[in-house]
Amino acid sequence: MSAVASDAVAPLEPAAPGEKDAPPQAARGGPGRRRRSAAPVMLVTLALAWLGVALVLPLVAVFAQAFAKGWDAYAAALTDPMALHAIRLTLTVAAIAVPLNLVFGVVAAWCVTKYDFPGKSALITLIDLPFAVSPVISGLVYVLLFGAQGWLGPWLLDRDVQIIFAVPGIVLATVFVTFPFVARELIPLMQAQGRDEEETALSLGASGWQTFRRVTLPNIRLGLLYGVLLCNARAMGEFGAVAVVSGHIRGLTNTMPLHVEILYNEYNATAAFAVASLLAMLALVTLVARSWLEARAPELRGERAAQS
Amino acid sequence: MRSFMPRRRAALTALAALLVGSVGSGAAAVAAGQTVTLLNVSYDPTRELYEDFNRAFAAHWKSHTGDTVVINQSHGGSGRQARAVIDGLAADVVTLALAFDVDALRKQRRLIPDGWQQRLPHASAPYTSTIVFLVRKGNPKQIRDWGDLTRRGVAVITPNPKTSGGARWNYLAAWAWAKNRPGGTDATAEAFVRALYANVPVLDSGARGATTTFVERGMGDVLLAWENEALLAMRELGRDRFEIVYPSLSILAEPPVAVVDRVVDRKGTRAVAEAYLRHLYSRDGQAIAAKHYYRPRDPEVAAKYARQFPALELVTIEAFGGWDRAQATHFADGGSFDRIYARR
Repeated sequence: MSAVASDAVAPLEPAAPGEKDAPPQAARGGPGRRRRSAAPVMLVTLALAWLGVALVLPLVAVFAQAFAKGWDAYAAALTDPMALHAIRLTLTVAAIAVPLNLVFGVVAAWCVTKYDFPGKSALITLIDLPFAVSPVISGLVYVLLFGAQGWLGPWLLDRDVQIIFAVPGIVLATVFVTFPFVARELIPLMQAQGRDEEETALSLGASGWQTFRRVTLPNIRLGLLYGVLLCNARAMGEFGAVAVVSGHIRGLTNTMPLHVEILYNEYNATAAFAVASLLAMLALVTLVARSWLEARAPELRGERAAQS
Repeated sequence: MRSFMPRRRAALTALAALLVGSVGSGAAAVAAGQTVTLLNVSYDPTRELYEDFNRAFAAHWKSHTGDTVVINQSHGGSGRQARAVIDGLAADVVTLALAFDVDALRKQRRLIPDGWQQRLPHASAPYTSTIVFLVRKGNPKQIRDWGDLTRRGVAVITPNPKTSGGARWNYLAAWAWAKNRPGGTDATAEAFVRALYANVPVLDSGARGATTTFVERGMGDVLLAWENEALLAMRELGRDRFEIVYPSLSILAEPPVAVVDRVVDRKGTRAVAEAYLRHLYSRDGQAIAAKHYYRPRDPEVAAKYARQFPALELVTIEAFGGWDRAQATHFADGGSFDRIYARR
């Protein structure tokens, strides 16, 4: 995660030179270039080979398996009522979890970077907690809280409220595991940007909300989108925590990843990989959107510089 | 840049509307018709059986009462499923791998009363199964009986008895065979089972996981499996790749079923839940069980499927003093399995 975060911050540092990475290399001249030419080729080949084995091959395998019995079998697997339900449930869960974590992430990052208060570093550490904890534990926490023998379980049971083994439990578990994504993207970004612009806006008479909307938000919108993207990918793909609280009721509490496992265990590899191909496509879309965002970063930086 | 917020806000509003809409329509569907919903929490290998049986029961219930019954299914390792019901998974009925797991519902939250096993015929087990060996085609390691499993170089696939009901039946079947040998005692049985588990390269958490390990990942020379699971794997993945070996002695596995009283009384589904389980004993239900490779109780249905289920010598759980004794002796913390596995 930290690698991604530093990616987002890095473009902000060399703001003034502004050009691509080509000029410094060209400036070094002839002999140096020849000496370098072998190593980069080897490294690139190695990287590509590794990419091929670790990423492309499995991806191809997913689609090959998904279409192993032809387009009709693929379409049938995806339009199966259970599959449709799993897709709908996954979208629903993401649609709740991602906005919640968007709001939380922005608020947390704002608090941490724009204000000083005791316990600040503790808060930053706490935000990272879901990354440090195994997803299975994240799920079990909710069983201990809301299970029939948990702290709140008997009270909920008396009122006929079902949290775990139902959609609310799945949402809670997903929110928990995707908690840090937005905040982790924003905190380094906002730290790098400092407080000068906000302080200027405030001193010119803007209200807090105006400052946030007109100054902070435009500055962080790329990092924000980036965080939302990753948050969403994880929310839709989460398996461990959701598996614990789901109850595995088909057509009710099975998300897409759980449905993939079920189909595979039913010797229905084609259908399993058909649903998996949707998750793979989600990953691809996430990647494309990510590189699109990264490509846009220099222009946005320029725009911001012009404004201030 | 200015347009960013309104667009996002619009998207959020649309999502919120979608959510509210889907929740609303779901509630309306339940309220409109005479639709009853049941949840059957079951163990791993029964997926195909209950998919079929649920359809048959829904038709039966519709023709008798005019009501529509929707039966939802949940599958997993038997012990884990019992745990989920205890933790609040609202099962109207449980159909688990062994009586011990069902009895946990009585012990833990008194979800079912004492004597639950006497409420239905055959100690609440409408079908039975046994433990057999699935080997690769041609039986290259010449595995004929339990004694062959401890040979050097034979890799045995069986799930973890701590989490899997099927694995506990496997374990006890092996134990029973060793103890029934001439001069067999508990000590020789434990030595035999220890030697067997020394040949187990990996312990999956459930029966279906173990089958996948053996069948799809190609690990091991022999899979200790439910007879129904072995027959299903043969049908699904090809008779040309595997064959079944019946050992000289095995165990009569009786997977029991029960209505979960505290749940059905809260939901008002007792009548349909009880009818659902009784239907398992009907000619119709027994034939579906046999079709899915479970040994039926009904003599006529059993006669019809006799070729599918070779007769073999079977011990019952009573040989181990019942499930409570068996569990305490073998699978509880500090039991024989812990002794065996810790000193592997």
